[in-house]
Amino acid sequence: MNDPQMDVDISVNLLSLHLKNPVMPASGCFSFGKEVASFYDLGVLGAIVVKATTLDERLGNPTPRVAETAAGMLNSIGLQNPGVKRVMQEELPYLSRYRSLPVIVNVAGTAIDDYVDVTRQLSSSPDVSAIELNISCPNVKCGGIQFGSDPQMAASMVRAIKAVATHPVIVKLSPNVTDIVEMAVACEEAGADGLSLINTVIGMTIDLERRRPLLGSGAGGLSGPAIKPIAIRMVYDVFRHVSIPVIGIGGIMTGADVIEFLMAGATAVQVGTANFVDPLACPRIIDETREWCVQHGVRSIREIIGAAQPANGG
Amino acid sequence: MAPMPDVEVFAHETLGKDLYALTFASPIDLRAGNYQPGQFLHIRVSQSFDFLLRRPLSLCYADVDQNRLTVVYRTQGAGTRRLTACKPGDVIDVLGPLGQGFPIRAQDHRTLLIGGGVGVPPLLELAKQLRASGKTVQTVVGFQTAGQLMLVEELAAYGEVTVMTDDGSAGTRGLVTTALTAELCSLADRYYACGPSPMLKAVQQTMRVRNVPGYLSLEERMGCGIGICVGCVHAVYRDGQLTNAKTCREGPVFDEREVVFA
Repeated sequence: MNDPQMDVDISVNLLSLHLKNPVMPASGCFSFGKEVASFYDLGVLGAIVVKATTLDERLGNPTPRVAETAAGMLNSIGLQNPGVKRVMQEELPYLSRYRSLPVIVNVAGTAIDDYVDVTRQLSSSPDVSAIELNISCPNVKCGGIQFGSDPQMAASMVRAIKAVATHPVIVKLSPNVTDIVEMAVACEEAGADGLSLINTVIGMTIDLERRRPLLGSGAGGLSGPAIKPIAIRMVYDVFRHVSIPVIGIGGIMTGADVIEFLMAGATAVQVGTANFVDPLACPRIIDETREWCVQHGVRSIREIIGAAQPANGG
Repeated sequence: MAPMPDVEVFAHETLGKDLYALTFASPIDLRAGNYQPGQFLHIRVSQSFDFLLRRPLSLCYADVDQNRLTVVYRTQGAGTRRLTACKPGDVIDVLGPLGQGFPIRAQDHRTLLIGGGVGVPPLLELAKQLRASGKTVQTVVGFQTAGQLMLVEELAAYGEVTVMTDDGSAGTRGLVTTALTAELCSLADRYYACGPSPMLKAVQQTMRVRNVPGYLSLEERMGCGIGICVGCVHAVYRDGQLTNAKTCREGPVFDEREVVFA
């Protein structure tokens, strides 16, 4: 069973995309790829999710924007990005050199019309494989999160985007809701092709000396290993109530974490904060994932998707 | 491919209260010369996940013959206190040197170095390199109090050092800007400053009045250190418009002309 030479298949199919492995960097945790490309060949990734893109340039939130917390970090970047036109002209073409690397563009905004406009522009791009609809950023005022916490609003957003999108649409869900299953079901019924969860958990830390919130904008989004159990539970619950694929996100640092998300029901995963700790995190996690399969006699990683679900004896 | 970041610790000395000098094998071959004073090393304080983020510590001294780097740091929280536990022979995870350091300009003859508190360490490697390229070095350093002085003797090996303290317990009482007199500045072709933002803002204003060009090494809370998290931005005026530059990648050293303080 533990044959070190065993040939294992860790590829997965996600929407219409074939991913050579289930690991992709999460939006906002990899910029547009150029910086990390000096550390390794991005072609080893299952896919890449680039930074949230809005209609117009955004300068983002005041500093400090990041703060370490126990086994995690808070961020309040505020969707700083150069706007969709420059993203399409200056950032995405660079990634086309990685021929088998699906590029997923995270779309954000403050009103449905903005999202629709960005999606329409991206739909003409040969450099895009899928859209990830960001209705869960906690760090912008009236920026997405109101769509991410109301099932009806989420559904209208998804319908509006699906009407113009030429690529598959993944909806990125917020954990900052009473019932994430209700949100997931509403998005699926409105036509979402896939779901990614979770975005960051809203949190805050106080600067004791200054007696005020440490982050420049007060609250921020908590990420890292501290939130992994929250994410696992949400993936586990959502998986049983939808038939579209789920992408697991939240505190993945190791190959074992990837396996855990897949067993909970994820078809693929996104790695976020780990990239900040270690620029080589993704290739290491991919190697560890393959190694886990070898060690456990798993010939195809697709066998373990949902393995921990009750219906599968979990 | 970037160098693998695991390196061996050679020395870890206590320089004063809460003040440490950590010397380790350089992740890059220093003889190739691909480093600058003012760059930083991004160091994990432990391999566990409880302290997740790296700590950016500025390069204080490069020993090219032994291929070793030294950083000098003050403990500021539980994370840096964890770092104090590492000892010679241990292996630590170091990325770097990262970022844009202090440029050394061929046309300059006389340089003025200005440091405040934990902004002083990068001035040591800078002073060494400026002297090695034949320039004179004049240094002004400021601290809150005598107990926080660091690297004054080491800096004095490269030129005259003026010490300022907030409470007058060492050197002269006052801020570093108090020492930046018209007379002193008239002897400088360029200045280099590193310290907390309020100090840098005051230095920038003073040196504009004195009409001396210079570089500022900015301090912002960093996440990744390589330009992907966009956490450590600082406002700059560039190409006719206000924008946010990544301190870790486009800095930490910036030409003072483009730096905008709130």
